[in-house]
Amino acid sequence: MRLLHAEALVLVRGGRLLFEGIDLHLDAGEALHVTGPNGCGKSSLLRLAAGLLRPSAGHIEHGGVALADDHLALDRELPLGQALAFWKGDTADGMSAMGIVHLADVPVRLLSTGQQRRARLARVIASRAPLWLLDEPLNGLDADGAGRLTKAIATHRKVGGAVLAASHQPLAADWRQLELGA
Amino acid sequence: MTGALVTREVRRALHGAAWLPAIFFLLVATLVPFAVGPDAKLLARIAGGTLWIAALTAALLPIERLIEPDRADGVLDQLAIAGTSEEAIGVAKIAGHWLTFGPLLLLAALPGSFLLGLEGRSIVAPLTALAIGTPALAALAVAVAALTAGLPRSGALGGLLLMPLAIPLLIFGAAAAGGEGAGPLKLEAAIALLILAAAPFVTGAAIRAART
Repeated sequence: MRLLHAEALVLVRGGRLLFEGIDLHLDAGEALHVTGPNGCGKSSLLRLAAGLLRPSAGHIEHGGVALADDHLALDRELPLGQALAFWKGDTADGMSAMGIVHLADVPVRLLSTGQQRRARLARVIASRAPLWLLDEPLNGLDADGAGRLTKAIATHRKVGGAVLAASHQPLAADWRQLELGA
Repeated sequence: MTGALVTREVRRALHGAAWLPAIFFLLVATLVPFAVGPDAKLLARIAGGTLWIAALTAALLPIERLIEPDRADGVLDQLAIAGTSEEAIGVAKIAGHWLTFGPLLLLAALPGSFLLGLEGRSIVAPLTALAIGTPALAALAVAVAALTAGLPRSGALGGLLLMPLAIPLLIFGAAAAGGEGAGPLKLEAAIALLILAAAPFVTGAAIRAART
């Protein structure tokens, strides 16, 4: 089953050509690692795949997606459990996958940077969306967090999901590679 | 999702400073007798217009917290990904904002009217005019908040943008508050409906435009 299909994508932002002629295909169980220098359009490519930006040319089709980018998108004054529950999905599953169940009653504003990183990934895991879009997913995670994420991604791919990640850090060996700005 | 969003708006406003516009409104209404003098007849004559100026300036206060925090924190993006249209976000924001803005303002309008020398049955007209006007003021505030979200000095800019847009509402609202019969009240209601109908689309388009 095809979860993301894009042909001949061109993106111009602020009068600057970020990339052109990008083809993207992600089937169930696949994972794609987007690499490239700073400012080459990795995050913009993820936002295109999420439907938040429109391509300047080319066309893109996708089903349900979940995005973890720089923004936390959780209400700071609420306990983490409630804040995550606003986004529906299987909150308990997401929290246990990222090992933050014990933080459920802690207000989001008191979480450390690393804990916030785990929380945004927990939201993606809880969403049950078939396509995960992860922007620098390993940033700010400790070894335990990175291990948990790797495990969650493996489980997600096994049950027919796909992952598109932009990262400067190496990901697992069975990921396809796409280099932007090369 | 829209229902959850309305609840969230109300919760966040109550957690924050929902009472601020109402207090500000009352403060403006308090200042006018000091500025104009204690002539009860004169005060009663300008009371309708004064209450409207107070309501309009009070409506400016929450603009900065209505849309920008959610844009900056990625909440608007996540809502779009979850399939909520930007127009539905606009409707929810307007409903949620009015719930914490309108009733409190009307409550403050009671002592405000007394301070301006209105008494007995003469407070019915200004309260009715304000009751009809506050949803439109809430809708304008949300639309302007969306238009200025992410811009530098958006608070001041929002005020400059909202006040001219509110002039038609002010004209008929103040006339209706002055007790000039059903005509101005009907026109005020018509303008309020127009603003309420247009604001979600303006809000939606502005949220989308802010992404590019």
